[in-house]
Formats: sequence, structure tokens, C-alpha cells
Amino acid sequence: MTIIADTSLDLARRIRARSLRMVHEARASHIGACLSIADLLAVLYSQTLRVDPVNPNRPDRDRFILSKGHAAAVLYAVLAERGFFPARLLRQYCKDGSIFAGHCSHAVPGVEVSTGSLGHGLSIGAGMALAARRDKFATRVFVLTGDGECNEGSIWEAALFAGHHRLDNLVAIVDHNGLQGFGKTEDVLNPSPLAEKWRAFGWCAVEIDGHDHAQIGKVLSEVPAECGKPTAVIAETVKGKGVGFMENQLAWHYRSPDAEQLQLALVEVEGPS
Amino acid sequence: MRTAFVETLCELAERDERIFLLTGDLGFSALEPFAERFPDRYVNAGIAEQNMTGVAAGLAMSGKVVFTYSIANFPTLRCLEQVRNDVCCHRANVKIVAVGCGCTYGSQGYTHHGVEDIGILRTLPAMTVVCPGDPVETRLATRALAQMNGPGYLRLGKAGEPVVHLRPVPFELGKAILVRDGSDVTLISTGGMLAEAVAAADQLAAGGLSARLLSMHTVKPLDKLAVLHAAEQTRAIVTVEEHSVIGGLGSAVAGLLAEAGLPGIRFAMHALPDELRATVGSQAYYRRLIGDLVARVRAVLDADSNIASPTAGEPIGQMQWK
Repeated sequence: MTIIADTSLDLARRIRARSLRMVHEARASHIGACLSIADLLAVLYSQTLRVDPVNPNRPDRDRFILSKGHAAAVLYAVLAERGFFPARLLRQYCKDGSIFAGHCSHAVPGVEVSTGSLGHGLSIGAGMALAARRDKFATRVFVLTGDGECNEGSIWEAALFAGHHRLDNLVAIVDHNGLQGFGKTEDVLNPSPLAEKWRAFGWCAVEIDGHDHAQIGKVLSEVPAECGKPTAVIAETVKGKGVGFMENQLAWHYRSPDAEQLQLALVEVEGPS
Repeated sequence: MRTAFVETLCELAERDERIFLLTGDLGFSALEPFAERFPDRYVNAGIAEQNMTGVAAGLAMSGKVVFTYSIANFPTLRCLEQVRNDVCCHRANVKIVAVGCGCTYGSQGYTHHGVEDIGILRTLPAMTVVCPGDPVETRLATRALAQMNGPGYLRLGKAGEPVVHLRPVPFELGKAILVRDGSDVTLISTGGMLAEAVAAADQLAAGGLSARLLSMHTVKPLDKLAVLHAAEQTRAIVTVEEHSVIGGLGSAVAGLLAEAGLPGIRFAMHALPDELRATVGSQAYYRRLIGDLVARVRAVLDADSNIASPTAGEPIGQMQWK
């Protein structure tokens, strides 16, 4: 188990570094959101998801949907690390004529669903979970949403639907970093108490530290957390996690690191070279 | 049309295990035959059209053929972004079925008028837009859409529309049906206005004018050849639809004709004016507001006439909302 945990920690470091390089080179936004979910993705793609880059369309595969599609860079990075396509292609991120759009594009191998407009992923995931149940597949569907994204009414339509239909092969992971467009989630449109809301909609809600690989791995390996209920994992996270000067700074939802900031960030993420 | 749709979908679902039907909690005393025969492929998604459409896309991404069902604008405009991003962007095999389109629910008020849907949906890439003209076309369109892989929109009226096609007709998505041939003018009709177009063609014939009638059940992709042949072989084209004058069949045909640059072709749109009205009325009331189709055809054939199509922004009613 220690070895697996080390692998996911290593993967998290690599995809943080890749995301930083990608957004720097493309002068793109959303690095804070990428760093916020790097640990979740590292555990998902090293331990949890039954997906196969060699046979990516297996009907009974697990599905992962990044509903907060603006964090596409780190998803592309983890897919490259998992061998869905060569990592050198990541340099095409946001470039003219590239399939690597700034928001998740299913043109990229391994990306199940194009997202970007918030509040779409959970319904699609619920449809996939329903199909898997009818087809008697062991497929599990993991949907990662933002906490700001939970402002969208469609999230709660989907939550109501999944709870009603007892889709216990569906997992919503809420990246609860507490920041959204104009500031703190509690100041913009207070989502608290998040876990209780999901429970009220018929889900089993579990709160974890979204940067603790052991906790993430444990909860995701044990879904459904309660038989007959979809699972909501409220992951307490830090926006910009892993780069001190980006942590909890709203500005890094928008800014792109310049060359000097990139080097400082890489030293923190990868250690001195 | 509604009955024809449900009966046909049941026949299809009998043979095709992939077919699902999702409803936004509408279709009471219509969808029960499907629900009873295929309970594990019928989902009442509740009054939540955004989620219904997303769920449909997810099912389709897992290999299902999914029909979503609701009335007027609810399965289209209410969840337009789910239609655009979740369905069209992924070319998901989802067919959106709206009943009560046009002014079927005329007296129920503006919220229940589906009169911008064709214009909005035909701008979406990968979307096929189908507006059957009668129950016969509805059956054929339902079959064709189920066989076609990709997004589709089936725009229906209600129950009890007259059957126009008394003999078997050839049906192919994107191919207009030649209801009758003629040499003076071509009426191109889409959706439930077909019966009115037939009546108008009869009246024109009685007055010595030979009208060709095309049922343009598929607005997208448009049967361009049928339109261009009509432009070459008859003197005028009049489009007929229960839809806003902006964006619908008339706009599609107008764009094609303008690009083709054919000399001398006359053209008019028989469509609802772009206006908001405080008054309501039956479907027949709204059809009267569009005007008299025969008069419009005669006018467009008359070189000196000034009877125009209901152009954008031009009020024709007395009772405007303040």
C-alpha cells in the first residue's frame, strides 16, 4: 500500500508541474483550480479508476467526468501520465488548431465528456450510471464538481434524480476550496452546509481532506459508502495547493504565472533541480 | 401526431433494446403504453428538463437511443445549453420530442407557444430538425430518427391532426415530399400547417393557379435541390409554417434563394409576426393572424402588389402588451 501511495504522490507532483508549465506557456487562467484537484486526480488515476488506455472504450469501464471543465490542464496532464497520449502533445494546450481546449474536450483521448459550462457533468454522469445499471456492468461513475459550481440549479436537479433512483454507482466529488468567481463561496452564495444538503437529497455524504491521498484512496475504494445511495465526497481543498504564493489566492483563478513565478512554483512542487 | 409518435416508438422499442423514453413529467394519458410495456426503459425525470437532457446524453454516450419528451419549449429552450453542449457537441444519440409546438396551446398563453424553436435549434451543429406535417409523416419521421445516429428534434402538434397523406409516401430525412405538382407557384410547408397548405392549393387550383406543394418535414438539413428546382420551375415560392417569421423554414429557404442568385424568383413567408401580444386565442385564431395564405400567394404572383410577409418587428395586432 505504501508503494501505491508513493506513486500517487509522485503523480500528483508531476501533474502539478505539467499544469504549471502548460498554463504558463499558453498564458492561460485557472491554475489555482488545477492545483486544487491535483491530489484527487492523482489518486483517481493511479488507484481508483478502472480505465485502460489501450482499450479506452471498454463498455464496462469506469467513467470520470471533470464537471468543472476549466481545470482541463491538470486532467490532460494526468491522462498523458497514464498513457492515453504522448506527454509532448500537452504543449498544444490552447494553441491554434489544437484539440487541447482550455476547457475539457472529448476530442482528447481519455476525456469522456466535454465540459466548461458549469453544472452539466453530474446529469451526464447520472445517465451513464443508469445505463450501467441496466446493462449490469460494474461501472462506477465519478463526477468532480466545484463548490462554486454547486450554485447551479442543474446540480441539484441531478442530485435529486440520482438520490431518487438510488444510483449507488455514482460518486460526486465536490472540490470544496471555498473560492469562486468574486471571492469566498460563503460570501457569494453560501453553499453551507454542503454535506447536509447532499444527505437531504438522498446521498451518503463523506467529508475528507482532499489533499490526503490515504483518505482519498480509502473513500473512493469503498464506494458506495452506503448501499442504495449515491456517494458525495466533500473534499476539503486549498485552491492553488502546493504553491505557497498561489494558495487561497483568488487572483490565481485568473492569472498566469510569468517565467519567474513558474520557476518559483516548480521549485516548490518538484523540489530544487 | 402524439398518438402516432407513441405507437411508433412502442413498435421500435419492441425490436430495439437500446431505446429509452425520458419525460419531463408530461404526457399524462399518452405515454402510458410505453411505460407499461418497457418499465425499465421509461424514466419520468420529473419537472427538471436540464437534468433530463443531461441524463439522456449520458445514456446515449453509453450506447442507448434516447427520446426526451415534453411540451412546447420545455425540452428545448429551457435546457438549450444541455441540448447544445451535452447532446450536440458529443453527437449524442438523443432525439428531443416536443408536442404542442406552434400555437397548439394558443389560449394557454405565450409561455406555451413553441414558435421560435425551429430557428433556435437549426443553428445547432449536428442537429437534425424534423417537423412532420401529419400523423403519417410523424410515424415515418419517428422511425427515421430512431435509425439515424445523432441528435434530432421532432416537432409535433397535438393529437387529432388530419391525415394528409392518404396513400403511402416515400420518406427520407432531408428530402421534401412532393404532395402535388404545379407550375405557377410552389408552397413549401413544414409541420402541422400542411393541411392548410393543401386547402390553399385546392383554392388556388379552383381559381386557375397551379400550385406545387412540398412538405418540407426536415428543415435541417434542408432539401436544397427541391427548393432550387421549385425556384427554376415555378414563378414564386411561399413558405408556410406556424413559427416566427424569424429563423424558421422561411429564413432557411430565403437564405438559400439569396445565395443561389436566381433571377426573377418571387418569394414570401407565411409565418407568425415577430411580436408579443397580450391577447390569446385558439390555434385557429393564431393562424388567422398569420393572414390568408391564398391572398398571400396571389399577392406574390402579382407584380404590383405590396402585400408583404410579416417582417421582423412589424406589428399586425391591435392589442400590444404595454
